[in-house]
Amino acid sequence: MKTKKVEQGTLLVLLLMAVIYPFLSDRYMLSVGISVLLMALLGQSWNIMSGYAGQFSFGHAAFFGLGAYASSILYVDHGVSPWIGMIAGMAVAALVGVLIGFLSFRYKLRGDFFALVTLAFAEILRVLFNNTKALKAATGILIPYKDVWSEFQFANDRIFYFILLAMVIAATIFIGLMSRRKFGVCLIAIKENQEAAGSLGVPVLKYKLLAMAISAAIAAMAGTFYAQYYGFIDPTVVFSAAISVEAIVPCIIGGAGTLGGPLLGALIIVPLKELSNNLFEGVNGVNMIIYGVLIVLFVVFCRDGIYGTVIRRLKGARS
Amino acid sequence: METLKVIDVCKSFQGNVAVDHASLDVKEGEITGLIGANGAGKTTLFNCISGYYHATSGKVIYKDQEVQHKTAEKLCHMGMARTFQIAKPFGMLSVLDNVAVGGYNKANSRTQAYEFAEQSLDLVGLIDKKENLAQLLNTGEQRKLELARALATQPEVLLLDEVMAGLTPTESREMVELIDKINKTGITILMIEHIMPVIMKLSHYIYVMERGKMIAEGIPVEVANNPKVIESYLGKGLEVE
Amino acid sequence: MSLQGLQSLLDGILMGGVYALAALGLSLIFGVLKITNFAHGAMMTVGMYVVFALGNDLGLNPYLALPFAMVLMFLIGFLIQRFPIHYIEHAPTHNQLLLTLGMAYILENVLLVIFTPNYQTLTVKGFEKAWRIGSLTFAPAKLIAFGVVIIVTGCVYYLLYMTNTGKSIRASAQNETGAKLMGINVRNIRAIAFGIGAVCTGIAGGLLTPIMSIYPTLGETFQLKCFVITVLGGMGNLWGALVSGLIIGVVESLSGYYLGGSWSEMVIYGIFILILFLRPTGLFGRGNRREN
Repeated sequence: MKTKKVEQGTLLVLLLMAVIYPFLSDRYMLSVGISVLLMALLGQSWNIMSGYAGQFSFGHAAFFGLGAYASSILYVDHGVSPWIGMIAGMAVAALVGVLIGFLSFRYKLRGDFFALVTLAFAEILRVLFNNTKALKAATGILIPYKDVWSEFQFANDRIFYFILLAMVIAATIFIGLMSRRKFGVCLIAIKENQEAAGSLGVPVLKYKLLAMAISAAIAAMAGTFYAQYYGFIDPTVVFSAAISVEAIVPCIIGGAGTLGGPLLGALIIVPLKELSNNLFEGVNGVNMIIYGVLIVLFVVFCRDGIYGTVIRRLKGARS
Repeated sequence: METLKVIDVCKSFQGNVAVDHASLDVKEGEITGLIGANGAGKTTLFNCISGYYHATSGKVIYKDQEVQHKTAEKLCHMGMARTFQIAKPFGMLSVLDNVAVGGYNKANSRTQAYEFAEQSLDLVGLIDKKENLAQLLNTGEQRKLELARALATQPEVLLLDEVMAGLTPTESREMVELIDKINKTGITILMIEHIMPVIMKLSHYIYVMERGKMIAEGIPVEVANNPKVIESYLGKGLEVE
Repeated sequence: MSLQGLQSLLDGILMGGVYALAALGLSLIFGVLKITNFAHGAMMTVGMYVVFALGNDLGLNPYLALPFAMVLMFLIGFLIQRFPIHYIEHAPTHNQLLLTLGMAYILENVLLVIFTPNYQTLTVKGFEKAWRIGSLTFAPAKLIAFGVVIIVTGCVYYLLYMTNTGKSIRASAQNETGAKLMGINVRNIRAIAFGIGAVCTGIAGGLLTPIMSIYPTLGETFQLKCFVITVLGGMGNLWGALVSGLIIGVVESLSGYYLGGSWSEMVIYGIFILILFLRPTGLFGRGNRREN
């Protein structure tokens, strides 16, 4: 019960901060806020499939990229509103996720081999998009600027911010509801011991695929947002391993398999990166060294992440 | 009437035969025991029955259907549940949630799943610990949790794989009573056991396995006096309590 | 096969040799130690820059610079295993993946801070001209690289199969507890094995310096390829890694020639996925499959 109160309290504080923040910040600070939220959304997406269901993905860029490309191609080539394109992208990503999952689980890939397969699929998509004329190849796609809300474009970045915030809140509420219901409890059971879960009648394959589909769809949503907000995408960015890592890191810093972990993780890592960028201006790479050191430190000394460790302590778990 | 029939099941791993033409019948409402030395193939046979492995050849008939190709999940829906020799608790879930995972098997709602879970926990005597994390339970409690989870699936047949392993004498006695109690509620049981007095006391009928084959069967008294069985248990006669 | 086809087959074999050496290192780390080493590419780049720096600033011949790279790589590999990885050995495997990924960021970006992100080329005297045999051309650096690969591979085999250290490495990989009971200091032995793996990949990197322009994130392009080769050869199967290295080198070169450069990556990743699904024990069926 204490755990629940702490969780709700933390989330409430985070929410309040997130709502007030854009009114206190300038253009630059707002863009940092959007980076935080985007990472949080990617983190929550990864959290479902890897944090809760325990299927370690190293290729979330595949879904992110598909989301970005689906909406952008539909918009630029066919004039379809990116709002609808976003839904289409989510559907495509979910399908691809289910396909990757089905093949991997069918051939009983586990652990790091599963991670490597997801990475390989993301790389294949990168090469495919980079070399296919019909998909604009390496030139990428420039989203023409119009200030029309029905086309997912806004002159005011604050609106972008709040739309992204709404997405993060929706994803978080979804996970919160899920974790107390059959689906969520069974996903944790699958993560802890797949055989035991199966022997209790849990539809293991179906649930794992469902988790992948939902996770992929959320990553695709983040992809569409990225395309609309930044206005330009190309395969080397949206399908890059860096995006896949961006989905993982907030969960590692904050705590995978927890409701607030990825949010807290994103809130720590993005400002830290910005700070080191500004401090060591002109020296490329320092921010990434800090990033690397953080990953190493957390993996070695705080494997459950900050939020995850607190929750475990509250529940009285063995460390 | 037999709820479960195993006919001529073989299972080999890359040429190594672990179960060799084994057959057994489990009668409805009874406790059937399966004994044998370490490595006799009992657990492998169990795994073939419960859908964890697929038998290389032979048939498993459950409720008049061939089920040797069905998965553990399907069998669980059909009313067959099992426990594992090494308890496999979902460590980061609470005891209640652990059992609720089983409860969802037959439940139509979340409330009902948790009702099933509470009932099972009550039956095995773990209800006081329902809020605890499963990883904090001791060995005896983990066994009970394992049993409670299987019970929550509302099984008609329960397969128990060495539920006494690692228990203190007091815990063992409790477990014997518990299994008897479960059987009296109408659940058919097939159990593997190492501790002879336990299985002799509980079982209605016993099968003996050695090197993958069934070497004897019968009611406890017959099996205890069967020369082949005595031989395979180091020449010592078995006592029936 | 056309002349150009033959030429690219040849280039593929020579390049494949370098891949094979890098993958041999990964096969030790990933196949034998069971550590999903995402710092492998970055370690390769460190090897490249050691050779580059010594050649560019001190005028040292790249092949004389290799021993320095080897010492540094051994130290890096030994320390990574001895300290951070050792502490998380019993954690879920993805923790090792993440840790080595963090290490990769650190190594790459230290290089970036020191050497800037620009492409840099080391010119070696006497290597400007390609050697010709008939209509086929050979870059001298590639030929020498292939020769070095053969020598180093021989040394690694000697080390693993003829020396006590090698036996200890193989013993600790097969049965850690058993090895401990035999009085083997498993912790140090694993660190030494990681060090040897790092040396292999460092040499492979160093051999590439005279062949291509280098930049700090260049290793990333070899990262997944090394995993492909290791899995294709069978986890922990060192001969397999060598043969698969050559195969991947040839496949890359030929598919690049016939389909166009960028598609070759796709062919390689496609092979990777197929092999993982259909023959997870590798082409030669001797590797052990890793469950969880």
